[in-house]
Amino acid sequence: MVLMKMKFPFEKRMKLAQGLWLLSWMATLAGALTFTLGCFLKTELRRRAEVMDNTEIHAVPNTLMIVGLASLGINYFAGRMCQDALDAGRFPRWKTFLQPYWGVSLFFTLLMLSTVIMSYAMKGNLEWSLKIGLKNGIRFYKDTDTPGRCFQKQTIDRLQMEFQCCGNTDFKDWFEVQWISNRYLDFSSKEVKDRVKSNVDGRYLFDGVPFSCCNPSSPRPCIQDRLTNNSAHYNYEHQTEELNIYIRGCREALVNYYMGLMNTIGAAVLSIFLVQSSVLVSLRYLQTAMEAVAGQENTEIETEGYLLEKGVKETIMEYVTPVLVFLQLNQVGSEDAEAGETPAK
Amino acid sequence: MALMKVKFDLKKRVKLAQFVWLMYWFSVMAGVLVFSMGLFFKIELRKRSEMMDNNESHFVPNLLIGVGLLACGINAMGGKICYDSLDPSKFSRWKPMLKPFLVSCVVFNCLLVLTALLCFLMRIPLQFTLAEGLKNALKFYKDTDTPGRCYMKRTLDQMQMEFRCCGNNNFRDWFEIQWVSNRYLDFSAKEVKDRIGSNVDGKYLMDAVPFSCCNPGSPRPCIQYQVTNNTAHYSYDHHTEDLNIWKRGCRDALISYYGGMMNSIGALVLLVTILEVIVMIGLQYVNTSLSNLANPEDPECESEGWILEKTVKETFTDIMDKMKAMSKGNAVDEAGVDGVATGS
Repeated sequence: MVLMKMKFPFEKRMKLAQGLWLLSWMATLAGALTFTLGCFLKTELRRRAEVMDNTEIHAVPNTLMIVGLASLGINYFAGRMCQDALDAGRFPRWKTFLQPYWGVSLFFTLLMLSTVIMSYAMKGNLEWSLKIGLKNGIRFYKDTDTPGRCFQKQTIDRLQMEFQCCGNTDFKDWFEVQWISNRYLDFSSKEVKDRVKSNVDGRYLFDGVPFSCCNPSSPRPCIQDRLTNNSAHYNYEHQTEELNIYIRGCREALVNYYMGLMNTIGAAVLSIFLVQSSVLVSLRYLQTAMEAVAGQENTEIETEGYLLEKGVKETIMEYVTPVLVFLQLNQVGSEDAEAGETPAK
Repeated sequence: MALMKVKFDLKKRVKLAQFVWLMYWFSVMAGVLVFSMGLFFKIELRKRSEMMDNNESHFVPNLLIGVGLLACGINAMGGKICYDSLDPSKFSRWKPMLKPFLVSCVVFNCLLVLTALLCFLMRIPLQFTLAEGLKNALKFYKDTDTPGRCYMKRTLDQMQMEFRCCGNNNFRDWFEIQWVSNRYLDFSAKEVKDRIGSNVDGKYLMDAVPFSCCNPGSPRPCIQYQVTNNTAHYSYDHHTEDLNIWKRGCRDALISYYGGMMNSIGALVLLVTILEVIVMIGLQYVNTSLSNLANPEDPECESEGWILEKTVKETFTDIMDKMKAMSKGNAVDEAGVDGVATGS
């Protein structure tokens, strides 16, 4: 039982070939767009690579770039094929090329769809990577004299100012870390000695945040230190004060930013996937319609085009059976070997 | 003796016309570019209009926008003339208009040069505007409860962070004004009373700067308060510490930002002027070569083209004589009218 049979008179075949040629050029541009979107996403991820722990999320833009390049090739050949379809004599030379072509193009089209799914599925991965990266960033904030970490302070400060966020989960993360280097602490003063003794690790902890947490929209000059102490500042109550410093954590800010970016890119890639699929479906119809013409004397006869020669189930069985036979042969072979051994005993 | 005479056969005339037509289309795009540059400059000025005093002049960006539109119009018309010049019947329609058109092209080119010059010179009035505007902005920093000024703090903070600058001339401008609102000062505290008593106007002045002056590139956490007091902070010497807060004043930062923009736009306008002069000369050649066909009936004969019919000096004296004749003609008319009036 043939899948989705359609009749194609000569006129309709010509129109299909011409329409497909135009569509394949549009799909080529769409493929270039996919590649560009992949490059853009990769650049954005690399810009904040210092606050990410691993680069697993880079699989999404890498796949997009590969799919973009592949679809350029797929659509170029589709265009060439339908140019040749207008001449019945030239089309048959594509016959041997078509089998691997279908395999490759189906693979890359499905890969395009899976990229969109991947970008949603990897949100947890991104969040975990940012959690660890930001935790390290905040821990190494004070190490401006350690080679390899001396720009951590500047990175975190600029990040907090640009994304309007403070700390990892929220601003209280700064209370748990010593973010002032020992070089700038006067160890002879009583206050410093008290604070250092008050915890097990001997760290200088206090309820203050760096200046980059300050919110410019606050009506009063920024209060950075003794944040939880209402009596330290005139007319100040830290429970109701919302505009003083940024309340949001940088992890949430960055995840929202990247998810927004990937949503937009995902929507674009989904529409490009639809264009690509329609190119492949039209090409299949054209191929089957032209194959029926081959060898005929009158090239202007009406032919039938279809998607699959047999039904879906039968076609799958056709491809899977050789694999099963191969596996069974192996099994039979091992059984024979066992049977051969036991009588020998 | 004509200026820069060149012989043209039919092939050369056609090639010239096609080349000039193509150059006119580039000029139209250049005109669009000048228009968009003017628009961009205007938007950038409006973005920072709070930092400038109220009578800042938008003359230069408006002029750029006008010149850009005019360039598009003139060049489109020139392109049409070139396109029609290949067909003698169409060209004869344009012939009477060509001389005034070319004169207007000359005037337009002078206007372009003037625009470029103004772009380079605009730095000077901008400096005064910004000095005044920033002084007021700093004064109104604390007035976050006054309608009309409540966003001054946010604007100033964001600008200092973006342009990496502090204060008007430098960070010491913050020491001379009260930038903490009275609502957040505890007037019962001794320190506050001392500071207010220490100056004539009763302002709360201190040697401190807002957080937006802090430099993220500093190795130590930002020191905003008691900036000039070395003993208030451990291992601190304000004379040698230059990474703590931004040293540059915002006026300098904004001037160099706008100055750079205006220099680029001025250079672009000069390049567009050169392009316009080239197409104008090309059109003059097209005009003269088509007007001076040796045999008007035969379009394939040779002709000569030039830039000016006589030399520069002779053309100039001709123009002077014409103008004198025109003014003399007026004088004679007046004398005649007077004579008639007195006669009667």
